[in-house]
Amino acid sequence: MSSGIFTEWFLPGVWITIQVTLYSAALAAVVAFGVGIARTHRLWIVRFVAGTYFEIFRGTSALVFMLWMAFAFPLMFGWQFVPMAAGVLALGLTYGAYGSEIVRGALQAVTAAQREAGIALSFTRGQRLRRIELPQAWPEMIPPFNNLLIELLKGTALVSVISVADMTFAGNLSRLATSESAPAYTLLLVCYFVIAFALTRGMRALERKAKAGLGQTPKKGPLSGLLSRKLNPEGEMSQARAGTAGGQG
Amino acid sequence: MNWNWDVVSDFMPYFWDGVVVTFQALAIGSLLAFTLGLVWAILQRSHRKWISWPVLSITEFIRNTPLLVQLFFLYYVVPEMGISMSALATGIVGLGLHYSTYTAEVYRAGIDGVPAGQWEAATALSLPRRRTWTSVILPQAFRRVVPALGNYVVAMLKDSPMIAVIGAFEMLGEARAFSNATFTIEAYAVVGVAFIVIAYPASLLIRALERRLVQ
Repeated sequence: MSSGIFTEWFLPGVWITIQVTLYSAALAAVVAFGVGIARTHRLWIVRFVAGTYFEIFRGTSALVFMLWMAFAFPLMFGWQFVPMAAGVLALGLTYGAYGSEIVRGALQAVTAAQREAGIALSFTRGQRLRRIELPQAWPEMIPPFNNLLIELLKGTALVSVISVADMTFAGNLSRLATSESAPAYTLLLVCYFVIAFALTRGMRALERKAKAGLGQTPKKGPLSGLLSRKLNPEGEMSQARAGTAGGQG
Repeated sequence: MNWNWDVVSDFMPYFWDGVVVTFQALAIGSLLAFTLGLVWAILQRSHRKWISWPVLSITEFIRNTPLLVQLFFLYYVVPEMGISMSALATGIVGLGLHYSTYTAEVYRAGIDGVPAGQWEAATALSLPRRRTWTSVILPQAFRRVVPALGNYVVAMLKDSPMIAVIGAFEMLGEARAFSNATFTIEAYAVVGVAFIVIAYPASLLIRALERRLVQ
């Protein structure tokens, strides 16, 4: 990679990738908690609407949705997103749908006695959620959220297709400009891996903190800092299920 | 917003071409992912550190980097080393390799789920290592992993549009080319709906399968 492209495009590209990751993760978190909590609501219509959102966004491809937002949306409504906003919206809404399954599962895993105790103490539904259910469900959500965050980071490479100048875009530019592709793409892969590693470390610190709040310590495996999350057999199966359409029947 | 059904019917021949390519990529890619994943999972459990660590590092690297960039790497860098493949073949290898690191985790979880007593029983009967794997562990693990593997096939379907960026024209690639040529938007919507129409029944099927196998 020639030095001009490296400083002019690649370094800003790294920053764009990090920005897109953070913005869409924030949007995805809001959607995941909103939709996830709505899917445990007592009114069936709320559950139904949230469930439909989940199935639609989980059933379609993030790339198709992103291209639709970038190219079809302006023609349909005569109003256009900045490319980066289209990318962030597509990623946030899609990964938020996956995340809602994690939130729902963790909330349902809180033992019924906890909820009943809350009712007995005449907590309102909001109080129960905020003070009893979420604090206990939260540590369970972090390992699957970690994996989802890595998936999201990998998903940000798609924004280069709608010409947002992230680091993948810079890599392609370098191939076109210098007709030499090996250094650019190798550097690109290493960069993504380094960011994924940093995110995993951060999430692990968060998990330690959350578990300490419940008086637990997370299990340590071999290479546990380096690797993506190794889930237990049930966790692995539900992770596979969360990423695909066709939910609770 | 103006929707035109004529555009949709003009797009349909291209759409079916795209569907064929998508399913080709999906079928061969899944086979590749299933077999390679099993190889990774068994090698990762090896007691020899010089086998398990390199395999673990490589699969982690593949798993933590984007499929899109891997496809570029396979399509532009690997031919420089003297192995050149068509765009579709590259796409299939990319999809298969990427998802093999996911199926490896599924196999690992399935093998971990086999009770320790089964290993001990095999040792007590002094079964050879190969026989322990093929007759005791894997048959029990397979029942558990089939639904999760099926789910990853659907996930792979949703990632298959990425192979369009290296010029393998599956559904989305056809839609994009058609829309750019005719300045219309209907093709994107058709493809978007097609994904839901394929993915949703497929995962209901997997769910039924899961209820049957895991009891």
